[in-house]
Parts: sequence; C-alpha cells; structure tokens
Amino acid sequence: MLYETIKLSIRTIRRNVMRSILTVLGVVIGVAAVIVMVTLGEGTTASVTASVSALGSNILMVRPGQAGFGPASATAETRNFTDADVTAIEQQVPGVVVAAPMVTRSLTSISGNVNHAQQVTGTDNRYFTARDWDVAEGRLFSDSEVQAGSAVCILGSSTSQALFEGGDPVGETIRIRNIPCRVIGVLQTKGNSGFGQDQDDLVVMPLKAVQRRIVGHPDITLMYISVDPGYQTSDVSASITDLLRERRGIGANGTDNFSVQDMAQVASMLTSISGVLTGLLSAVAGVSLLVGGIGIMNIMLVSVTERTREIGIRLAIGAQARQVLLQFLVEAVTLSVFGGVLGIALGLGLAAVGGRFLSVPFVFNPTIMAIAFVFSALVGVAFGYFPARRAARLDPIEALRHE
Amino acid sequence: MASPLIQFRGVTKRYGSGDAAVYALRGIDLIINRGEFVAVMGPSGSGKSTAMNVLGCLDTPTEGTYEFMGLDVGKFDRDQRAMLRRYYLGFVFQGFNLLPRTSAVENVEMPLVYRGVAAGERRKLALAALAKVGLADRATHDPNELSGGQQQRVAIARAIAARPQVMLADEPTGNLDTATSNDVMKLLVDLNRAEGITIVMVTHEPDMAAYAGRIIHFRDGRIVADGPKAEAA
Repeated sequence: MLYETIKLSIRTIRRNVMRSILTVLGVVIGVAAVIVMVTLGEGTTASVTASVSALGSNILMVRPGQAGFGPASATAETRNFTDADVTAIEQQVPGVVVAAPMVTRSLTSISGNVNHAQQVTGTDNRYFTARDWDVAEGRLFSDSEVQAGSAVCILGSSTSQALFEGGDPVGETIRIRNIPCRVIGVLQTKGNSGFGQDQDDLVVMPLKAVQRRIVGHPDITLMYISVDPGYQTSDVSASITDLLRERRGIGANGTDNFSVQDMAQVASMLTSISGVLTGLLSAVAGVSLLVGGIGIMNIMLVSVTERTREIGIRLAIGAQARQVLLQFLVEAVTLSVFGGVLGIALGLGLAAVGGRFLSVPFVFNPTIMAIAFVFSALVGVAFGYFPARRAARLDPIEALRHE
Repeated sequence: MASPLIQFRGVTKRYGSGDAAVYALRGIDLIINRGEFVAVMGPSGSGKSTAMNVLGCLDTPTEGTYEFMGLDVGKFDRDQRAMLRRYYLGFVFQGFNLLPRTSAVENVEMPLVYRGVAAGERRKLALAALAKVGLADRATHDPNELSGGQQQRVAIARAIAARPQVMLADEPTGNLDTATSNDVMKLLVDLNRAEGITIVMVTHEPDMAAYAGRIIHFRDGRIVADGPKAEAA
C-alpha cells in the first residue's frame, strides 16, 4: 500500500513539474545552503589542520613586537632577537628540541633571464629539523657554510620550478640582489598551507649570509621552536615568555615586546571562527527551510482543494481516512525530499565551485548529506500533516458534490 | 438466506434540532433482496439522495436502523463503514467521477488497490471488468479521450471490478443522450442478470426507470409507491 502511495505521489508531482519545482525552491535553497556552508567550513578546518601539521607539530613561533597576525610592526618598541637569545632558549627552557633563528625578506631572484619573487629566509639546519623537512635533491648546509655565511642556497620546489623550469638547479648559480648564490639543494614539496600560501616558494640561505649581505644587521626577526611532544606547548610557551622577559629586562608590570605563537592555538582559533560562521549561516539556511516548508504546506492546501472530488471518490470506494492522510503526507514528503535531493546536488556543485575560488579543499561529507535528506523529509512531514489531515477529514458526500 | 441484503427499519434523517429541524427522511421501511434491480424516483428534495447516502454507508440514520447483510450500519464508525464500501459496494455517479489524466484501466484498478490486490492480479481483474462493459480496446485511454457514454462504462467497470454485492448508481444517465443512455441501461440490465449484481439506481427519467424490475417513488422523505414497473408507471 505504501509502495502504491509513493508511486501515486511521484506521478502527481510529475504532472506538475514546474509547480513542483517552484514549490520546493525554498527547501532546495535551504538544503543547498547547509551543504555549501558545511562543506566549505569543513574544507577550511581541514586545510587549517593540514597547514598546522605542515608547519610541523608542536611548533612555537616567537616574533618581536606586540602579539598579532602578520609581520611584526616596526615600532620603536620592536627589538629583534640575538644569537644569545636563541642559545638561551635552547639551553635553558625544558622541552625545547631546537630553536631555529630566522631572518626573512621578500626578494627577487634571477636565473638567466627569469625573474621570480619569493621569500628569502636566512636560517640554519635547525629550521629543517623543526619543520621536519629534507632535501629532495642535493644537500643541506654544511657547518662551514653556516659558520662562514657562504653564498649558497636551498630552493623550495616551486621556486626551483619557476627559475629552472624543470631542469636540475643543483650546482647552478642564481642572483639575489646582485649576490651570486650557488644552489646546493632542492627541498621536498610541502604543498599549499591552509592560509593560501605556497610553502614551497622560498629560498633558504645561511643566516649569516642574509644578515651580512642582504639585511645588513646581525638581528634575528623570528624564532622557530620545535617542542618535545612529551611537553605541553602552552607550558613551554610560558617558560619562553618568562625567559625572554627576564633577558629583555621587562618589569612585572611591563607588557611583552615580543610574542610567542602556539600554532596549535592559532589553528583552533581559526577553526572556531569558521565554526561560528558555519553556525550563523546554517541558521539562515534553517529559516530558508522553514519558508520552504510553508511553501509546501501552501501548495498542498491548494492541491487538497483542487482534488476534493478525487478525495470524495477515494473515500466512497472504500479508502479509510488514514489512507487519504497517508497519501497526501507521502506526497508532501516526496515533494520535500525531491527538493532536498535537488538541494544536495546544487549545494555540492556550489561548494565545489566556491571551494576552487576560495582555494578551500572539497571535503565530501556523507553524514551531512544524510542529515540534509532526513531533515527535508521531516519538513515534508511537519508541513504536509495539516493539509493531509484536512483531506482525510473531508466528508465523502460533501467532497463528491464539490465542483 | 438469513437476512435481506438491505433492510431499512423506520429510518429517519434529521438535520438540525428543535424548531429548526429539517427532515430528509421520515421513517422509511424498505427491504431490497439480492439480485434485484431497483429504480428510485422522486422530485429533488424528496429524500432519495439521502436514502442513497444511507444505503451506500456514506451516512447514518438519525433514528431507526439500517441493516446491510444483517449488520447494523448505524453502529459502525467511519472507518468500518469505509471497509463495508470497499468490500461490498460499488458506486456509479452522474458526473462519472473518473480520475483525470489517469488511464481507464488505472481508474478501474483503484478500488482493487484499496483491497490490497497485487498489481498483476489487479490489472487482470480491471481488464476483465473493462471487457464486460465493452471497452477492452480503450484500456489505456485517458477519460478526456473517451465519450461520455464510454466514460460512464469505465465508471461502471470500476464499480464492478471488485465484485460488489450492490451497485449504487446515482443518475447514471443524467449526463448522456438518449441513445447512449439506453446502451448504458442495457449494460446494467445485463450485469444484473448475468453477474447477479444487485443494482439500486436513482433516476429522473421514467424511460430509464422502466429498465428496472422494481420502482420506488419518494416524496417529502417518505416512500409513496413501491412495486414492479407496471404498477409504478
């Protein structure tokens, strides 16, 4: 009987394709919005998580200046770090595996007649240890190169591709600000970070080479610290803060003129922001589903009035009230599920396109699709019940007389 | 036979109460036996439609009892009466009342759906019923592709497909021309004789009533004449 009813309702809907589509538009939009939001939200979360693990697990970044995103602002209070700071952190703070001193600049490198702009980082092999990164070709820095600040460089895979177009760069020489620099290695590919930047587009040189030949001062503008997995990053972060305050002579009431960023914290903050956004937009989608449900109720009431005679005939030939109720309820649910399926398809399509524009990975989530499907069916039940009950309560004699 | 198929005992139908009360039926006594072909006549407002509604288990008497196959229908609730209609009654209406945009055979199948007959068996019974009314070759046509007489034949096929005890026909020829009306009446007579289906038919036209074996006249909620067609004419 249920099978017959479903078949009947599909036929009724097919007879009024245009009207059915317009009726379920609200549900389509609501479901599509939920799917888009959740898919993009999960994609963002996934890429943030991926970028954090790409940076290396248990990473702290220490910058001069007030806490905040982006490059440290060059205010009067900014005081860069020294080699002594790095050594002190490595030796005195428990839980620190390595602290990599860094100086970075955005510069253009030239190979032959190819120009390419990228980040130039001065550091030493501790940076590769902290990021768990190795060369794909060539080698890392030798101790003498680090000590002497030799003009050698290791390229990220994207930079290598841009400058040498697939050729082997090891042994070649590139120029950075007129400084000839011998390529000794190419790094393994890390891929995009969740913040939308290409992690493989960089040139790494020995710290002293960048300090002396490029920036012209012996300061360190960033420390990249890898924490022993046996320690809490928050504890280590607190120890580093205490040490640096002491070394920089900041009193008990003074504010920090440096910041320690815990990448895990940054990730969870970004994730929670995207969670809040997803929640807000899902609420909008919920309103759309409500409006869609009212649309279905409206059209079902019209349908009951239009088909009063049919209801009369059915009752006369022996349909029970609950069978008529079921028929119209199934019709409403079929409509809303039809809308739900359209919405899921539309939502996945929009999420795929939108994800490409926003460079957010497409995360296929069957659970949310199942929830959207069930929810659209529930909208059908909730808003189809009232019209269906009205149909079921018709008096067959009156219904048969209806013109 | 223990009891007559249809028995009215003092059936009264009253709408409203007190001074405002309107009587549609005023104490009807009536027995219809299996195999009869009864025509019900009377001016509008005479109570014949109300009597048909009670007979068809669509309505219940205010007073008195209506026994169908020995069952007191007045004590049945809505759903129980629906079950009586489903298994024992067939309806034919003046306006045909076929489902639009639904083929003839599917219209005929509809009562069988509610009986829970399986799809294959249902199609077979429906086609057999259509064959009986002479429309085997029109099974896949929609009602709007059929003439009025053909539509009424489909409606008759629908009424007999489930092999009811009684067919109730409310002015079955009211929307048809004379020639077509006579064809439909001959079909009803055939079904009555060959299949043994009891038929109760409301009509305004004495010519159509003449096909029945018995004619009952209603006036002001009462039966004023009841007998073989010769007497009633």
